[in-house]
Amino acid sequence: MAGRKLLIENVHIPGIETFDVYRKNGGYASVEKALKKMTPDEVVEEVKKSGLRGRGGAGFPTGMKWSFLAKPEGVPRYLVCNADESEPGTFKDRYLMEKIPHLLIEGMITSSYALGANVSYIYIRGEFMYILHILEKAIAEARANGMLGKNIMGSGYDLDLVVAPGGGAYICGEETALLESLEGKRGNPRMKPPFPAVKGLWGCPTVVNNVETIAAVVPIVNNGGEEYAKIGIERSTGTKLISASGNLVRPGVYEIEMGVSVEEFIYGDDYCRGIANGKRLKACIPGGSSVPILPAHLVTKTAAGENRLMTYESLADGGFASGSMLGSGGFIVFDEDQCIVRNTYTFARFYAHESCGQCSPCREGTGWMEKVLHRLENGHGTMEDITLLEEINKKIEGNTICPLGDAAAWPVAAAIRHFREEFEWHVTHPAEAQTRNYGLIQPRVEEIKAL
Amino acid sequence: MKIESPINQDSTPVVFSAEMMAEINSVIAMFPEGKSKSALIRILHIVQTNYGWTSVPAMNTVAEILNIQPIEVYEVASFYTMFHLNPVGNYVFEVCRTGPCMIVGSDEIIAYIEEKLNVKVGGTTADGMFTLKTAECLGACGYAPVLQCQYKFHEHLTKEKVDEIIEAYRAASFVN
Repeated sequence: MAGRKLLIENVHIPGIETFDVYRKNGGYASVEKALKKMTPDEVVEEVKKSGLRGRGGAGFPTGMKWSFLAKPEGVPRYLVCNADESEPGTFKDRYLMEKIPHLLIEGMITSSYALGANVSYIYIRGEFMYILHILEKAIAEARANGMLGKNIMGSGYDLDLVVAPGGGAYICGEETALLESLEGKRGNPRMKPPFPAVKGLWGCPTVVNNVETIAAVVPIVNNGGEEYAKIGIERSTGTKLISASGNLVRPGVYEIEMGVSVEEFIYGDDYCRGIANGKRLKACIPGGSSVPILPAHLVTKTAAGENRLMTYESLADGGFASGSMLGSGGFIVFDEDQCIVRNTYTFARFYAHESCGQCSPCREGTGWMEKVLHRLENGHGTMEDITLLEEINKKIEGNTICPLGDAAAWPVAAAIRHFREEFEWHVTHPAEAQTRNYGLIQPRVEEIKAL
Repeated sequence: MKIESPINQDSTPVVFSAEMMAEINSVIAMFPEGKSKSALIRILHIVQTNYGWTSVPAMNTVAEILNIQPIEVYEVASFYTMFHLNPVGNYVFEVCRTGPCMIVGSDEIIAYIEEKLNVKVGGTTADGMFTLKTAECLGACGYAPVLQCQYKFHEHLTKEKVDEIIEAYRAASFVN
């Protein structure tokens, strides 16, 4: 059965995008509770207790990130919401903001109060301009109803909210690139340290959180951090929005309780209902394009034969050898007809296109990977090209200012690790590779033995 | 940055309309005093919405308004892929082609649009109506294949749907 929903339970209520309907359905209760009954530190404490981890992909504990915020006297602090959702396979924040915009506005108010910010920003990717207008309408409604502006609900707390668009750049999802962009500059990531918690927007202490993270603060404050932490397993607490795409019967955005099995998520009636067109599962990328791809036999079970669960820990079980990551929850499913080389090529092209060009290993390396994969996909590749890809990977990984280089290297490394035969087949059957896909790959003999 | 268009060689300043200036000033007012450069990207969107692209003369006017160097505007406009640095058709189709769209048929959709409009990716139709471009991940993977035109998403694309979209734009019934 479907689990509890804390974020998108009410999206189907007609008019929920308006202030009145949202408020009548219990909206803005967290603002009321926090501003009237809690100190900012008490709000931070609840978030710590909840075990909430950053929902943008990195999974860093939110309460800890908040507690790092420097608080020098007389210097403004900022909360910046990262709505630059651009990781291939991820479209959950768009869904949340479009369907229930006041949830984000409410989360921004409660979180800004906790952090002591009096102006907060939502940075949204430029392609989502229509959502920027939805958010601005919601902000105007919240202001008209006394939830924003001066002396919110008589608490003496003031807050303004501003939405700012990007212009089409994946890199601006990286928090320091986002801050550069919000300052009206090119999105080149900054060297860390100093971290944004010390020097962020305009040199002031800043917290950058993903849309879903900020939205999750609402149920945490309403029900208490401990209640939230009761959902889930181990250090994966609460609920998570999963963006399901690819060859599924029912792709879309699902809110899951952490700990649902991957099998249930792919095949269950409450979720994706299996692979489209009666085909078989070939592979899955469970956390957005940057995380390692898993071949069918490692999707629903770990290498040790245990059920794979939708949690940070279980999806990472086996490390990079046989595991992956929950990442942003961008769950991409491939049926038996899909070509892994072609898919890997599109990702390499994506990263080459999106590299900001600041660090040579990433700027040059992503371009090389794109070219080599293009050769392989189009039947001009050699066996040395496969080795070359692995070499390039090693030279990018860990050698760049921001994680885009790693994000570009990992999916290629994982695709070769699990689907080497398919890459080799493109070399040995160049003409055939042009006319048909490789089809369902059998698990490698040694991997079957390892099971 | 390629500045092939002769318009980009024109040094005549562009004068923005009163409506545009009102919108630009309201964006500048969103940021603290002295931080008006933060308004730049949104202003470039306003320029592009009004002129279809971001020309050098228009960017020079933006620089004047924000009291920054023109290069600070060019370097931003050329970094972000949404800004067209050369003239484009009335309607720009940006078709997503990254993995999640590719595995459900974006390549076929792109080929179909090329054939239907008789234009290659990057090109503009002879009547100046449509420009076809590709995009890397538009963030709508569950509704793939997807294209975006003038900030509007067109999802679950099929050949039939592409026909309808093209007809609707020809009839200008998709104006946002």
